Amino acid sequence: MNENQQEEPRGGGARRPSTPSPHPGDPMLVESTRLTEDGSAAPQLKRRSFLMWVGSSSALGALPATAPVAVSAPVGAADAADDSQVTVRLTVNDIAQEAKVDVRTSLLDYLRENLQLTGTKKGCDHGQCGACTVHVNGRRVNSCLSLLAVHDGDSVTTIEGLGSPDRLHPLQAAFVAHDGLQCGYCTAGQIMSAAALLTEPCGPADADVKEAMSGNICRCGAYSNIVAAIRQVRDAG
Amino acid sequence: MHTFQMLRAHSPDEAVRLAAAAVETAPQPIRFLAGGTTLVDLMKLDVEQPQHVIDINRLPLNQIEQTADGGLKIGALVRNSDLAHHPLIVQRYPMLSQALLSGASAQLRNMATTGGNLLQRTRCVYFRDTAMACNKRQPGSGCAAQEGFHRNLAILGTSEHCIASNPSDMNVALAALEAIIHVQGAGGARIVPVGEFHLLPGSTPQRETVLAPGELVTHVTLRPPVANAGSTYLKLRDRASYEFALASAAVQLSVDGGRISRARVALGGVGAKPWRSVDAEAVLQDAAPTVEVFARAAAAAVRDARPLRDNVFKVDLIQRCLVQALRTCSTTAPDANRRSA
Repeated sequence: MNENQQEEPRGGGARRPSTPSPHPGDPMLVESTRLTEDGSAAPQLKRRSFLMWVGSSSALGALPATAPVAVSAPVGAADAADDSQVTVRLTVNDIAQEAKVDVRTSLLDYLRENLQLTGTKKGCDHGQCGACTVHVNGRRVNSCLSLLAVHDGDSVTTIEGLGSPDRLHPLQAAFVAHDGLQCGYCTAGQIMSAAALLTEPCGPADADVKEAMSGNICRCGAYSNIVAAIRQVRDAG
Repeated sequence: MHTFQMLRAHSPDEAVRLAAAAVETAPQPIRFLAGGTTLVDLMKLDVEQPQHVIDINRLPLNQIEQTADGGLKIGALVRNSDLAHHPLIVQRYPMLSQALLSGASAQLRNMATTGGNLLQRTRCVYFRDTAMACNKRQPGSGCAAQEGFHRNLAILGTSEHCIASNPSDMNVALAALEAIIHVQGAGGARIVPVGEFHLLPGSTPQRETVLAPGELVTHVTLRPPVANAGSTYLKLRDRASYEFALASAAVQLSVDGGRISRARVALGGVGAKPWRSVDAEAVLQDAAPTVEVFARAAAAAVRDARPLRDNVFKVDLIQRCLVQALRTCSTTAPDANRRSA
């Protein structure tokens, strides 16, 4: 089985892993009922490969245009004369990028799919949850509602650019100290949102912080600890 | 999302020219793209399917300047957050700042613009779902909301064709402030009082504003601030934050010698358009600022309300909202000529 070679994520130009397309008689295309009856390890591996093939770019071409999947083309595959493609030059986490993507590509999908910066999450994809919060020119925005195409010349910061395991941003350290997360899915957005809050007008009370953070929702309900983490960093100046 | 041609303009003239050219060639509408918080949202749902999108983010329309008469000129591209926090807005038009800060989230306020907020579209679930009957999205297809989910929709200004509510908070404040909308099109520039900018649905709910295809909102002007007026924006909703209004009120009161000398009332969450209530103002004018008077004004405001099965609660809620807003105003409005006790 030719499993895809995973490339290390880099700042730019990282390709999506490719998976060979199975032909109709291919043992990868095992029906699910046969998988459960069989129960052996080999069918499970085949099912995983099948699912990876379904999720790969070669299979996406077969889906209708309205399927809710990322439509960003891999970097380098754009046709300059094609109206549906656009070239955008921007800075992401202090690294200059040149993107040639489908014009419909959101900033969120570009960050995650093209740059492999998967710290930023897609929660609702409609600006209603805040999981996709990043900084554009220092201001917090919902990257899901921003087309990459309008960000020519902009500077974007993601959670990966805020801090690293060796050099935690004070907010990251505070979130750890105060247990400001459970599943962690909203966390990157919460921290990016809080980091921007520190530079915005905001009253001193917890109620003010809650209001300022109301654009980031947490299904696990870690709110009180999130507020405590932010309070700690604000109090420390 | 359907694909489209993206164009980028660097001046209002260029934006209008590109739009006019696109209007000539494309049956589908052209759209100007600023913050994208409405447009990109609706494009993802295929509710909006422009063939041409003109990026206007680089237009030099992001200033807030005083005008010669002491008013304010707000560029269409000023971000909602910048507008809400601008010292001149906070000091001279605090109701507008309150309204803006009550809306959306910090992230969305950083993206959304003055022009975009004016053009914000309804949150009716059927408008936002292309599988559903919606006369606004598809004229003649029907209105699924009337028999369906309409708790968040309008009780004032509706028609048999459409009961969609205008969801903006900023627009309600602008209505109370009698703002002027400045528009530029292929035929030149024109001004539209905010009260005339948004249209009632009538039999053409697909037409929401007086903008012709290709016309661009360039800025909004505010009249000189009213001295010694109390004002407030009160927003009521299910959640404490990050939600659209079920009912809201923007109120400005001037009191002179124990009488209301000037009143401006606009309602949100309940109108098919931002709802300036001259009926309420007529009751308030020259009356004493008492709760009794406020209640009568509120009753006048809903006299023509046409609620449906699941939003009849709004008839009561908007009255209470308005009364509370008026009470807040009257405690903050200094009496210009207080009669001695």
